[in-house]
Amino acid sequence: MSRVDVDPVGTEPPERQEVAAPGEVADDTQAAEAAAVVVVPPALIAESLGGYLRAWLVRIRSGDSGVLPVVLGLVIIAIVFQAISPNHVFLHADNIVNLFQQSAVFMVISMAEIVVLLLGEIDLSLGFLAAVGGVIAIQFVEPVTRGWPWWSAIIIALASCGILGAAQGTLISRLRLPSFIVTLAGLLIFQGMMLRLLLLGPFSGYPTLVGDDNNLVMMHNLMWANLDPTVSWFLMVGVVLGLGGLFWFRDARRRRSGLVAPPASLTLIKIAMIAIAGVVVVLICNVNRSVGTPEINGVPWFILIVLAVLVFWTVLLEMTRFGRYIYAIGGNAEAARRAGINLSSIRTWAFALCAMTGALGGILYMSSQNGMSNNFNGGQVVLYAVAAAVIGGTSLFGGRGRAIHGVLGGLVIGGIYNGMFLLSLDTHWQYIVTGTVLLVAVMIDALSRRAATAGR
Amino acid sequence: MTDSTAGKTVGQAVAERETSDEPLLRARGLDKHFGAVQALTKVDLDIPSGQVTCLCGDNGAGKSVLTKCIAGIYQPDHGQIFWEGHPVHVRNARDAGRLGIETVYQDLALADNLDIVQNMFLGRERLRRGVLLDEDDMEQAAADTLKSLRVTTVRSIRQPVASLSGGQRQSVAVAKAVMWNSKLVVLDEPTAALGVVQTKMVLELVRRLRDRGLAVMIISHNLNDVFEVADRVAVLYLGRMVAQKPISELDRQSVVEYMTYGGSEHAAALAPRPAGTQEDADVAG
Repeated sequence: MSRVDVDPVGTEPPERQEVAAPGEVADDTQAAEAAAVVVVPPALIAESLGGYLRAWLVRIRSGDSGVLPVVLGLVIIAIVFQAISPNHVFLHADNIVNLFQQSAVFMVISMAEIVVLLLGEIDLSLGFLAAVGGVIAIQFVEPVTRGWPWWSAIIIALASCGILGAAQGTLISRLRLPSFIVTLAGLLIFQGMMLRLLLLGPFSGYPTLVGDDNNLVMMHNLMWANLDPTVSWFLMVGVVLGLGGLFWFRDARRRRSGLVAPPASLTLIKIAMIAIAGVVVVLICNVNRSVGTPEINGVPWFILIVLAVLVFWTVLLEMTRFGRYIYAIGGNAEAARRAGINLSSIRTWAFALCAMTGALGGILYMSSQNGMSNNFNGGQVVLYAVAAAVIGGTSLFGGRGRAIHGVLGGLVIGGIYNGMFLLSLDTHWQYIVTGTVLLVAVMIDALSRRAATAGR
Repeated sequence: MTDSTAGKTVGQAVAERETSDEPLLRARGLDKHFGAVQALTKVDLDIPSGQVTCLCGDNGAGKSVLTKCIAGIYQPDHGQIFWEGHPVHVRNARDAGRLGIETVYQDLALADNLDIVQNMFLGRERLRRGVLLDEDDMEQAAADTLKSLRVTTVRSIRQPVASLSGGQRQSVAVAKAVMWNSKLVVLDEPTAALGVVQTKMVLELVRRLRDRGLAVMIISHNLNDVFEVADRVAVLYLGRMVAQKPISELDRQSVVEYMTYGGSEHAAALAPRPAGTQEDADVAG
């Protein structure tokens, strides 16, 4: 009755295996189906930990390397700079927190950029758009002019940038103008907007967060305040238990229902790695970073902010329809259109949300600099954000990437920046090294893509 | 031929199948032009349930336009489509989906970066708590559908579509179309890019759809495929429907004549002969 026992796929070296889905009761039909020969690339059979590792290796070889290159890159950066930095200070606790702080802005803006990169588009205006967000936020909290509460200033900044992003997104999606050009125009327009907004109020173009006003202090705290060390520990344990429990119960449920799921050992390894990362970060952050009194220690607030953005985008991209459609449009826009997805709406929303996330990055930048000034280099910031995304493993061609890539890539950029600074090298070296790293990342992206298509 | 879960969905299609002579889909007098080009002229088409209808025609005969009118991508300028006897306006792909019309295009419309489950549910994801994707439910349903269609050649339905062979991709695209309580599955050149063995696999799949009571329409150039699976053949010639007959009243030569000249003396000579004649046997062999 079934003719599937004719070997249907002749392209791969066949590995023959009976169909035996877990929990299946064998009867005549099943026996007939079991007679059907299953031909699969060996890599895709993975029921044990060993199997998973083999599958992983094959995936890497076929071009889907995941976060491996960027993690290797981080290790190399750590080793090299630790070896050559004066007094080997690179891996000192206070320098690592410093590095985190320098990376945080890149991480957030890079996560924003990843959303549009996934669509196969690019947003070059994101740097100055972020600056506009930063300026709006500081102008609204300044007590001599507006003096609004810090949270309302942040909401206004995010909303304004969201509207600007939606405007660009509308031009790109409705008129089908190239995003490269629209956002290049945006880069100039928003730079002008930033300069104009800086001139408002009696600040001679340099609004600062200096002062005792509660709202100014709050803005300053975004990048500079720390949690109490004890609270840091409790919070870390809470986050690890929460994430770990989520992964464990999800994988266990999927294993029970016979769905595709990693073996228990792999789930445990994943949870253990999250726990180790959490412990290491808290240990580093809880070391006293002050040379005098009072002590400065504990997990900085901005780490929580970056984590919140990471969780937000990971959930939105990987667990909702909106995110699924972003991947679908980036992978095959025509398929998405035929599936009834409203491409214009998804693209416009993506640009708007990307702009809002970017604005949050701009507010963090403003907080870290204790104010805004016209020496903000938005062109460089956006290129670093794109570089961080690509270094992290996001494809410039659309359809491949995750929010975590922005965090890891941002760490690489921050690491290079920080290490070069420690070596007191001139900025030209920083540009050359960062540019080289970006080139390598793009090459890995393009080559892996070619390998993936050639392998079919 | 026992189906586990997907049997339920398709069972409904079978139950609702027309018992009268009214075909599942009846198109009458469809006209469509693009600028000065008249793509379809007064085209009539019947697609009955439980049969495979092959739509043939040379390049530019209007096969794709007709298909797209049925699938809701184009709206005909004139004419009417009847679905289960009722006049309908198919304004977009969603309308078509609601009626139970699913189209598998030649380029398959699969997103390479998504896995099989994600592709099969694209645009119709199931949710839990109204917001988050219900991956478990979707994976289960996709697995059941693939199993009921005996698409057992993919090991992990969580592998990206990019890693599948041509036949497997076609099977996934067909399974995707069948999943939605569909009553009519339109396949555009389903075997064009496939090798011999994979073609055989896909045609087997087509027969399985027919045996479930679905209406299948295949657009094909390939007369081997046509005579392998078709129950009925419709031939377009320069935008006009020149023949619509049971396969038993046609042979290769007549189909080729219809496709190239718009008429067939050979078929006229063939017509009076009863079904299952010598020529049919030749062709089947």
